[in-house]
This record gives sequence, C-alpha cells and structure tokens, in this order.
Amino acid sequence: MTKRFALGIFDDEDVLLHAVENVREAGVKIYEVFTPFPIHGIDDALGIERSRLPIAAFFFGLTGLAFALWLQIYTLGFDWPMIIGGKPHIALPAFIPVSFELTVLFCCHGMVITFYTISKLYPRWKTPVLDVRSTDDKFVMAIEVNESTDMTKLTQILRENGASEVNQKEMSKF
Amino acid sequence: MQHVSPVREPLVTGGKTYHDVTQDVCRQVEAAPNIRWMAALSVALLLLGVFFYSVYRTLWYGIGEWGLNKTVGWAWDITNFVWWVGIGHAGTLISAVLLLFRQKWRTSINRAAEAMTIFAVICAAMFPVLHMGRPWLAYWVFPLQNTFGSLWVNFNSPLLWDVFAISTYFTVSLVFWYTGLVPDFATIRDRAKGPIAKVAYSLLSMGWTGSAKHWSRYETVSLILAGVSTPLVLSVHTIVSMDFATSVVPGWHTTIFPPYFVAGAIFSGFAMVLTLMLITRVVFKLEDYITIEHIALMNKIMMITGSIVGVAYITEFFIAWYSQVEFEQYAFINRATGPYWWAYWSMMTCNVITPQLVWFRRVRYSIPLTFILSIIVNIGMWFERFVIIVTSLHRDYLPSSWAMFSPTIIDIGIYVGTIGLFFTLFLLFAKFFPVINMAEVKAVLKYTVDNGPTYTGHDPHHAPQPATTHGVPASAPVNYTKHD
Repeated sequence: MTKRFALGIFDDEDVLLHAVENVREAGVKIYEVFTPFPIHGIDDALGIERSRLPIAAFFFGLTGLAFALWLQIYTLGFDWPMIIGGKPHIALPAFIPVSFELTVLFCCHGMVITFYTISKLYPRWKTPVLDVRSTDDKFVMAIEVNESTDMTKLTQILRENGASEVNQKEMSKF
Repeated sequence: MQHVSPVREPLVTGGKTYHDVTQDVCRQVEAAPNIRWMAALSVALLLLGVFFYSVYRTLWYGIGEWGLNKTVGWAWDITNFVWWVGIGHAGTLISAVLLLFRQKWRTSINRAAEAMTIFAVICAAMFPVLHMGRPWLAYWVFPLQNTFGSLWVNFNSPLLWDVFAISTYFTVSLVFWYTGLVPDFATIRDRAKGPIAKVAYSLLSMGWTGSAKHWSRYETVSLILAGVSTPLVLSVHTIVSMDFATSVVPGWHTTIFPPYFVAGAIFSGFAMVLTLMLITRVVFKLEDYITIEHIALMNKIMMITGSIVGVAYITEFFIAWYSQVEFEQYAFINRATGPYWWAYWSMMTCNVITPQLVWFRRVRYSIPLTFILSIIVNIGMWFERFVIIVTSLHRDYLPSSWAMFSPTIIDIGIYVGTIGLFFTLFLLFAKFFPVINMAEVKAVLKYTVDNGPTYTGHDPHHAPQPATTHGVPASAPVNYTKHD
C-alpha cells in the first residue's frame, strides 16, 4: 500500500520540539518524527507512551533467577546429590553467583529481543527511509497526507514553525 | 534542558556541527584503507599467525608444550586470562557506570572502549579453553544432561561460576555494543555509495530509521542494560578473584581479593583504553572528539584505581603479618625477596609508583607521558597476575615439591598471539565500524560551551545558523538562551 507523506525538515532539535507541540495543537496528526539522535522531551510532545520494557526486563530477570535456582537445587539437591567438601547438598550461598549471572543473562537478552521484535527491527537488504538526511543532521517530521489534504495550509503551518524545507514523498513499503 | 556551567571544558572542541560529526566519524569508514592502517594490520596478522601456530602446537602435542609443571599448574595461561578479562572491564565501566553517573564525556570513547571489552574477552576466553587440553569438549562445562554418566556440573565451584560469569558478560556486552551501533550503522547506510556497502550496512542497521518511538525505547533499553551491566562487571572480576580466594593456597586465600581485583581490572582497563585512544585519535584525526580533557579524566580514574590497588598490596602484606599464619607470612616474604623478587618489584614499581605521577597536572595533560604510563601500567598489571599466581604456587606446603616456572616459546607465542588477535579485531572494527558513537556525540554537542545555540557572539565562524525559511521568518519560539 502506497502512503504519501509531507515531510517537514528541521535543522535544530529545539525548533523541532516546539514545532511538534504547535503542529499537534493546530490539529495535524504527526505520523512519525525521525531524528539523528534521541531528543529529550519529544516523547511527551508526541504523546508517546512510556515504554513498558522495564517491566518486561524485570520479569525476564525473575525468570532467569527462578530457572537458575531450579537448575542448581534440582541437579545438586535431588537428581544426583553429591557431598562436596562436606557441605549441604543445597548450599544456597554457593548458588548466588550463578543465580545472579543467569538473572542478568535472561533480563538483558529477553529485553533486547523484545525491543527488536516490538520495534520491528531486523536485518533488511534495503531499508526504506523517508529522508536520508534524518540519520545525519536533519530532523524530519512526517505527516501522512492524501488527496483531500490542504497542502498549502500544511506547508504554511510547518514553515511557520521553523521547517527549513517541506517535501512530499511516497512510500510503498512503510 | 540541562544547565552546564560555563567554566566546564567543552566535550567536543572545534565548533562542530551535527554534519561535521557525521563526516569526521564516517570518513575512515568510507575512505580506502590508508597505508598506516594496512601496515598496522599486517603486523597484527603476523602476530595472529603466531597465535595460530602456537594453538596448533598446543592442540596437536598437548599441554606439555607449555612450561607448566606438577607444582606450578597455572602460570602464563591464567595470568593472561585474568589480564585480558581485566582489560575488558574498562569498556563496561565507561559505557555503563559512567552512563548511570551521567558523565557525558564518555560519549566520545564508549564505542571504542566497548569494542575493546569484547575483543579482550575473546582473547581471555582462549586461555581457559586451551588449558582444558581437549577444547573440543569445552561444552562439558555447561550443565547438560549428559550421556557420559549422570553427573551434573558442580555449582559449588568458582571455576563453573566463571563459565557463567564470562559467558553472560561477553554476550551482554556484545548486545549492548551492537544495540548502540545500530543507529550509527543507519547513518553510514544512508550515506553509502557502493552497492555492497549499501546492502552490508542495511543488514547491520536492522532497518533503523531513527523514529522517535524507536529512540524512546532505545534509551530505555540502554539505561536498563547499563543498570544491569554495572553489577555484572563487578561480579565478573569478583568471581575471577574467587577462583583464587576460595582455595587454601597461601597468598590466594584472602577476603580482600574481590574489591582488589575489580579495582585492578578497571586500572588496567583504563590504561589499555588510553593506549588505544591515543593512537586512534591521531590516526583517524579525532582530536576534537577525544580531547586532552578526556585523557586527563581517564588518567584520574587510572590514578584512583591504581591507588586502591596499591593500598590492597600493602593491606595484603599487613594482614599476612597480622594473621600470624606462618604459611601466609612466608608466601608474602617469598614474593618480595624470593626467586621471583623481580616480578614482585616490577609490579610494585609499575602499579604503585607510576599512577602517583598522575597527581601532577603536567603529566596528566601530556600525551607522550600518558602513553608511556599506560604501557607501564599494562605491564605492571600483567606482573601482578603473574606474581599472584606463580609465586603463590611455586613454593607450596611441601618443600620437596618446590619448583620454578619458565615459559616455553609456545607460552610466549600464545600470549603474543592473543595481542595479535586483539589488534586484528580492533583494527577491523576501527576501519569498518564507526569508532565514535555519532548519535550520542550529537546529543551532547549542544551541552558544550563552544557549540550550538549557546553561542554568545564571540566567534562568528562557529555561529549556528538559525532555522530561517524562504520568505517566512523563523518565528518559532526557539529557546536560544538555554545556558544564559
């Protein structure tokens, strides 16, 4: 499905930040904003919800901890109990290091895999980009448009809010 | 919005714009390899050849190719293992601990330091695996329901903790590093001209577009990775030190080991970061990003951790006397005055005296002196591990089994070879990957005094152009007086 976008190109992140607020106030729906680096405060300006990745990370970590404790207690305590150095079979203090490491292992990898999956980030032969300068030094505000959109008015709003250029682009896979 | 004191030194010098950052960092990725890089790579590959030859001899003829004997069962192998793992720690410290402490200066050096971590851990892993004698059975260290009997691995053993610690540390560092690289790969991808580069960097960049939603999640992920990497990095060298501390060998059986090892690891790691950065900034002309301030700050960390290590050496000696354990006392007297006195005093000179020179501002801000100091510290930290391992083992409880250790050419070959492996990987990284985290440097560019809209009017060449549009005035409520 081909989508058409109006692209407001900004040279400065502070200008963009205010433009985002003003454009949204003017009743224009922003499709997405592309920036070369993370801009603090843009989540609130765009109304992006706080990510729930920390909660996911916590539960991944908990899974790792549970797995580590189960593994150590089951193998050394029940499956094949051995006397090692005259210590109890289930020597919990000795299990701390492995439990900690597996907690971290599960937490990190679980969270990172979740991050890539929900963000639909995976290796692609060709990456569709609306404006290649958005990974260099430009801040791009993409607004989805169609035939009924008043382009003159939209351009006017973007320009008034500091856009240095306003372009249009069609994207088939996006 | 953040307030930065005007007395603070700028993080990036030279009045760079966002585009300059992209240009400066992408330059060597896009250019044909230069002659200095090729010369360096040739030397590294030669040493890598030495590595492969030594590994071949070790695998074909067995561990007998090494200088180990019945008394000294751990020597260069474990020395090198601990040395390399320690070096790796600085990378995680810079990327994780300094992120949590909001030390913005880390942004210029974290990428290369993290790469160093990963390559150092790869080098480190070679030693315990080769020391197994039959590395093709290395998977026996994992808790697999095996068909060789019903035994499981021993979770009470610090050597097994090491397996978990090192593999967690390696994979987590790799993921942390790669996730940080993704936005920069996207930058290179969008600039790429050649078809191969386009496809290669498109694959590497995972389809990153820099959308605000992705950045928001990316920041969350970075923060949590930093949060869990901080205790992780401390745990790794703690566990490495427990390989020694949980034994009953005099000189090893010490509760001071975990903090002492962690401080030593950071100390040696910062020395290696300095060695690498001092070369990288010159070769790739990145002096505006890795400034003299960065070098001075890293020198300070080196001095602090070096002093902790020095205090630990003295504490060990004191406790040996205070404990009234004659074996412990002998182990330490033997270290300082026995047949390995030269190793002990090399360690003391390099690690205790050298970092104290950094108190002098002139030393801290001198590039040649810093370079020499960083090399001396690396040598000193190698000797530290050698002293701990070999001098403790070579005279054990039974004087009839006392022995000396001398390395064979294969021992030396594997050690020198891992240096070749490390530099081969690092040089390839420096050529094909962005050595500076462009996105993060751009994000802190405005927080520096001589840059961005903090412009106060004293340098017309570096004045940022406000966003003007054709015909329409830049009427946006732009806050250009952020730092008043």
